[in-house]
Amino acid sequence: MQKTIAGTTVEVNEEGYLTDMSQWTTAIADAIAAEESVGPLTESHHKVLNYLRDLQKQSATITIRGVGKSGVVTTKELYDLFPGGPLKKASKIAGIPKPVGCI
Amino acid sequence: MSDTQPVKKVCIIVSKGSLDGVYPALIMANGARMEGIEASLFFTFFGLNALNKTTLDHLKVATVGNPALNMAMPMLGMPMTMPFPTWMGALPGVSAFATSLMNKEMEKLDIPPVQEFLELISDSGGKIYACKLAMDMFKLKKEDLWDRVDDVLTVGQFYEDAAGAGTHIIFT
Repeated sequence: MQKTIAGTTVEVNEEGYLTDMSQWTTAIADAIAAEESVGPLTESHHKVLNYLRDLQKQSATITIRGVGKSGVVTTKELYDLFPGGPLKKASKIAGIPKPVGCI
Repeated sequence: MSDTQPVKKVCIIVSKGSLDGVYPALIMANGARMEGIEASLFFTFFGLNALNKTTLDHLKVATVGNPALNMAMPMLGMPMTMPFPTWMGALPGVSAFATSLMNKEMEKLDIPPVQEFLELISDSGGKIYACKLAMDMFKLKKEDLWDRVDDVLTVGQFYEDAAGAGTHIIFT
């Protein structure tokens, strides 16, 4: 389905996750973040978003343990930056699919 | 119309100290935090094995009295239907071997060792509690436990901590 976010029409799934990560822009990130009560987005948020987008490009599995050990952000910081479901929210804001793992 | 009340908090009681007894609780607690659900773990009875500094990273798979061990057969390249006679579980080294197999499989899935898992849950804001009565029974002191245990609680304090609509208490 289509949705207009920050003035741009993008493809999203039923839960509002972008289905084509190439349609993502930082303006879209800001808009989704506001919807999810995250932010305003700072440089620290963007570091995480860029890291997640890189992982997704490599089709790597995204886990909370992996992100916490990446050196990009600690587990504590991740929970502080994206309160209320860090990996789900960060992925949504980063324009990548919802993580499917349990870890 | 469905009337769904979201789960707001889970209080998980861990009463078993085998690897297979402890991991499900850790996974459920971490999974709750990842969903934005509050989580606390209350370790009691043999569950304290997972908080004791000297034992927490040496938990073993229960190979005696576990009639479902056939499930581990595919890890050895054998079919899951192949029976694992329960007396074999008592042979020396079998539990250690099964444990190392399981640990390897879990690492592949990015499931951390116990101490790292406790750190992950604690860093995420989850609470780690030990049961006072069980501590007394096993002659354990707070300093015997992993440094980041939040508190040693009585049963009453555990229930106080669990207060609130949307809290679920899970016994494992």
